[in-house]
Amino acid sequence: MKRVYVNEEWCLGCHLCEYNCAFANSGLARMTDLKGKKIFPRIHVEGDDKITFAVSCRHCTDPICLKSCIAGAISKKDGVVCIDRNKCVGCLTCVLVCPYGALAPGEDGAMQKCELCLNNTCGAPACVTGCPNKAIVYEERSEVK
Amino acid sequence: MKQYVIIGNGAAAVGCIEGIRSVDAKSKITVISKEPHHVYSRPLISYYLEGKTDTERMKYRTADFYEKNGCQVLYGETAVKIDKDAKTVTTDKGTVTPYTSLCVATGSSPFVPPFEGLDMVEKKFSFMTLDDALALEQVITKESRVLIVGAGLIGLKCAEGIAARVGSITVCDLADRVLSSILDSECAAVIQDHLEENGIHFLLSDSAVKFEKNTAFMKSGKTVDFDVLVLAVGVRANTALVKEAGGEVNRGILVGDSMETSIFSIYAAGDCTEGNDISLGARRVLAIMPNAYLQGQTAGVNMAGGKAVFDKAIPMNSIGFFGLHIMSAGTYDGEMTEEQENGSLKRFFVKDGLLKGFILIGKTERAGIYTSLIREKTPLDTIDFESSKKLASNSIFSLETRRKKFGGVV
Repeated sequence: MKRVYVNEEWCLGCHLCEYNCAFANSGLARMTDLKGKKIFPRIHVEGDDKITFAVSCRHCTDPICLKSCIAGAISKKDGVVCIDRNKCVGCLTCVLVCPYGALAPGEDGAMQKCELCLNNTCGAPACVTGCPNKAIVYEERSEVK
Repeated sequence: MKQYVIIGNGAAAVGCIEGIRSVDAKSKITVISKEPHHVYSRPLISYYLEGKTDTERMKYRTADFYEKNGCQVLYGETAVKIDKDAKTVTTDKGTVTPYTSLCVATGSSPFVPPFEGLDMVEKKFSFMTLDDALALEQVITKESRVLIVGAGLIGLKCAEGIAARVGSITVCDLADRVLSSILDSECAAVIQDHLEENGIHFLLSDSAVKFEKNTAFMKSGKTVDFDVLVLAVGVRANTALVKEAGGEVNRGILVGDSMETSIFSIYAAGDCTEGNDISLGARRVLAIMPNAYLQGQTAGVNMAGGKAVFDKAIPMNSIGFFGLHIMSAGTYDGEMTEEQENGSLKRFFVKDGLLKGFILIGKTERAGIYTSLIREKTPLDTIDFESSKKLASNSIFSLETRRKKFGGVV
């Protein structure tokens, strides 16, 4: 299946992916409506002044968040790790176990995570579409040896 | 065709079912469920009382879970005997079910010390099951004075769950601090302050020695008048079935990394077991939900003839009280370093060049990166751990490690 990957040598650390993600999942009419608001993106940029890279859910083959969720709110649908925010009680156990640091709570305290924009109106990851340097890609890959 | 039997119907049982079905799509699975409920998430009972979830959303798996997985569930039946020679399980209703492999996922039960006069207390409850929570909900009112015996995870989650629905809450514990199983003294003091700010009263290093109807007589000589009593002293692993069948048990049923017990073709998983804690390097009962699922799944795969090991068990907890979050993992052994910032507190425990444990209060972002360092026993001299103490980050790893973690399928 296709997943989101970041080529860190091309990542500028511009944080646009965070805005594109927040907007894609916001239901707002215009991206400018995000101005002045605290955003809760499902992708985040990490790094320092030398290297930057964006991190979002890896959609692991064997996701430990799914196995650890105390509410049974995380499931896998056609390879995509999804969260039922209605079931989530915000205990953060998934944050405690995800080795990639890919989950964070949304504005309401329930967890949210990248679902590859398959459950919003975009249909394909907005972080990828909007990356000015094409550092974020959406493609099939295999395991890195 | 094989015949699988699972005693228990919690997270470990679900893990076992999903583990079996990843190998064997057809053979029959029988689940013996003492509780008359579809599998639900037990740690959510306090959230239920708080109004943050309901019995429908508490279902740990969808309503069609058993049907989809070809399971027969014996609701309201309690397993009373395992015959390891005949390979059968007998229930209290007389049902005898043969098995080719068995998973014991019997969980734990509340431990109630023999308090004098306890039988005279009218409104007393444990806080383990959905039925406990529903029964407690029936009796609490805005005027209720509640006494909770036990300032551990169960007692304090109960306190938070009912705080807005009762008159007052007093929590007592023989330990000198709250959450003594997961917090050291200083961290416990931070949490106790926060709980007190939210109206919970504490009597620590003290416990009830005697009850007379609605009065508790404390070891210190104090008395506490109450309307409702919650007993959350502790839990004990349900080991009797395996012990009586001749299996090795200690504080829990002894299991190896494959989850097989000392009896051939009998596996065990979840709160009833005692397995290896890799952060401690010794056996320990790890009664936490993620381990229950992971052990159950490992047992299931092996029961069905696959090969699985679960050799990364560590204690870990993520729990919040009145908006303040606590995460803890591993063992608090070795040199401690601390990070403090705007009311948040982080403590890391390092020994032999490895992260052994941590406690985080308030600031918990990306904590799983720390947890993975304990689980994977990552040598700290191969990463830039120091820079991640304020905020966990994947930039601590080398480019090569990051390429493996983020450059392909994991």
